[in-house]
Amino acid sequence: MATEGGPNIHPMEQFVVKPLFGGHELNWYTPTNVTLWMGIAVLVAVTLLIIGTRRRAIVPTRSQLLAEGLYGFVYKMIEDINGKAGLKYFPYIFTLFTFILISNTLGLVPYSFTTTSQAAVTVVLALAVFLTVTIIGLVKNGVGFLKVFWISSAPLALRPILAIIEIISYFVRPVSHSIRLMGNMMAGHAVIKVFAGFAGVLGLFSFFPIIAIMAVLGLELIVVFIQAYVFTILTVIYMNDALHPGGH
Amino acid sequence: MAAENELVQMGALIGAGLACTGMGGAAIGIGHVVGNYLSGALRNPSAASSQTATMFIGIAFSEALGIFSFLVALLLMYAQ
Repeated sequence: MATEGGPNIHPMEQFVVKPLFGGHELNWYTPTNVTLWMGIAVLVAVTLLIIGTRRRAIVPTRSQLLAEGLYGFVYKMIEDINGKAGLKYFPYIFTLFTFILISNTLGLVPYSFTTTSQAAVTVVLALAVFLTVTIIGLVKNGVGFLKVFWISSAPLALRPILAIIEIISYFVRPVSHSIRLMGNMMAGHAVIKVFAGFAGVLGLFSFFPIIAIMAVLGLELIVVFIQAYVFTILTVIYMNDALHPGGH
Repeated sequence: MAAENELVQMGALIGAGLACTGMGGAAIGIGHVVGNYLSGALRNPSAASSQTATMFIGIAFSEALGIFSFLVALLLMYAQ
C-alpha cells in the first residue's frame, strides 16, 4: 500500500461494482459500471462484425481481415473437435468467444472496468454452457447420454468407481469453468495496479515500474486471448460429450 | 473483543499467504505440460501444430487448481 506522498492506488479498488447514477443501493435492475462495460463490449463486437463484413472485398481491409479471422478461427476449432455435427451450434459458441475476448481486451484500457473479473458474469456464462450441454445431450441421446459416465473402454470392475469420479467431475465443470476466467482476469489486472502503486510512491524513480507495467500489459494481451480461447475450446469439448457420448 | 478480532484477522492473513503456496503446484504442472509438449514437438515437428489445442487444454486444467488457491486467498482476505 502507498503511504504518504503520491496517489494511493489500491489494487482491488478497480473491481468495485458501483451504480452509474450515484447512490449506494444495488438492486438487480440498477445500472452499474458492469452493465455499462458489457454494453460497450456488445457494441464493439457488433460494430466490428458489421463494418468488417459490409464490403466483402476480395482484397480485405484490416477490419474485414479481423472479422473473417475471428469467424474462421472459431469455425475451424468446432470442425476439428466436433466434426460437422457441431457446426449447428456455431452461432452460440462464436457469440461466447467474441463477447469474452472483447470484454477481456476492453478491461486493459486504463480507467475501464473488466466485466469478466466479476464472478456473477462468468458464473452465468458457465452455467449457460452447462445447461445447454446437458439439455442438448439429453434431448439428442435420451438415456444414452448417461454413457458419458460409463467408460466402456475401462475394465468392468473399475467402471463403477470411474462412474463416481466422472459424475463429480461433470458437476464441478461449471465451477472451474467460471472461476478460471474470473481468477485470471482479476489476478492479471491486480498485478498491473500493484505496479501502478509502486510508480505512485517512488516519485522520480517511477520510470522502472512504468517499464514493468508495459511488460505486464504485453503479457496480459496474450492472457486475455488465451483465456477466451480456453473458455471456448472447453465449451466445444463439453459439447462433444453431448453430441457423441461414450465413443469418439 | 478488539484483540480477539485482530487475532482472527492475523490468522486469516497468514492463511491467505499459505494458500498462495498452492500456486507453485500449478506452476510445476504447467511447466510439465509445456515442457513435454515441446520435447515431443521437437522430435516430430510436423505433428506439433495439431496438438497445440490439447496443450492449451492441459494448461487450463492444471492452471484451474492454482486459480482455486488464489481464490481461497482472496476469500480469506476480503470475504469475512
